[in-house]
Amino acid sequence: MPKKVEKDRIGMIIREEDAPEKMEVELPEIKETGDKSSPVIIYYNWCKKCGICVAFCPTGCLGRKADGSPYVLAPEKCTHCEMCDLLCPDFAISGAKEH
Amino acid sequence: MPAIPQKIIHEYLRHDKKFPHVWCAGCSNGIVLGSIIRAIAGMNLSRNDIVMVSGIGCSSRMPVYVDFNTLHTLHGRAIAFATGIKLHKPHLKVIVVTGDGDCAAIGGNHLIHAARRNIDLSVIMLNNNIYGMTGGQVSPTTPYEAYATTAPYGNIEPDFDVCKLAIGAGATYVARTTAFHTQETQNMVKEAIEHPGFALIEVICACPVIYGRLNKKGGAPEMMKEMRDNSIPLSAVDKLPPEKVQGKIIRGVLHKDIRPEYCAQYAELMKKAQAQGGSK
Repeated sequence: MPKKVEKDRIGMIIREEDAPEKMEVELPEIKETGDKSSPVIIYYNWCKKCGICVAFCPTGCLGRKADGSPYVLAPEKCTHCEMCDLLCPDFAISGAKEH
Repeated sequence: MPAIPQKIIHEYLRHDKKFPHVWCAGCSNGIVLGSIIRAIAGMNLSRNDIVMVSGIGCSSRMPVYVDFNTLHTLHGRAIAFATGIKLHKPHLKVIVVTGDGDCAAIGGNHLIHAARRNIDLSVIMLNNNIYGMTGGQVSPTTPYEAYATTAPYGNIEPDFDVCKLAIGAGATYVARTTAFHTQETQNMVKEAIEHPGFALIEVICACPVIYGRLNKKGGAPEMMKEMRDNSIPLSAVDKLPPEKVQGKIIRGVLHKDIRPEYCAQYAELMKKAQAQGGSK
């Protein structure tokens, strides 16, 4: 079931009478690693395989697959420093304590 | 301080737009967008009170993806449009996202005059040292002797220090950071939005696909590492010998002062004129 986000559109700038009051947009279902117990969640359909998260992971928790995309190599090494979160240009990885 | 989690950022994105976004793999624009969203999410501002304005270029695709009031305007004219919005509705927080070519070359005139007026805009200039979208032409901030498609033997022009230009033109908040320093970018964006007056933040970005390839800088991780190792904070400049400061990116708030703000002065003038009956 896709999650729905409510958009509030009252604050349009130029012509306020043109603005629909509320608009609902469906969030696409983002594929995850499937494992909720994993410390890092990777959204593979947004990942562009640039390798920044793997290069800057300070503990070596992440590894790189043959195609360049990251995977959780050593889940016990993750300290939830969120470096991968902060440096991912594609919003495709989450290393927060609570997902 | 725990960072703002990724799922909060996803809530600020326009999911009806095509994701993953248009930028190349490893482009710093996405990292800077994340920092901007984190700054705004941390400030508890309403999305309806934020206007993001941009011109043309790679970085100027940014407003397309975020769920604020957004405006994608003519090449170089982002600051001109933003001035209009700010004067019409001064309570809105107007953020201008522009690239180095957009801000320093084509829109250079608008930049200096907005700085001179000290109108309350937050300009975030993403400096990737090249015109990325159009195929890698020399931009005003391409370093001396760097390669570009229109400079196959190396660039013979000296590069532009936009921060110094903005200080000279009268901007009241000028800062420089790099895309790697995400927390610093986040704090600077927050300060710039809160600052009453013209604020310019220069964010040094990596363009691994065009600038990196032409100048043999390696991939995105290598360019990010260079940013980290080749920059020093402003507070360390006085303590280091001059030869260690030479050629480094100096990060930090370079200039900050308070001058009368344009919109406030305009409102005052209006009141004065109306009190006189407005006969002049």
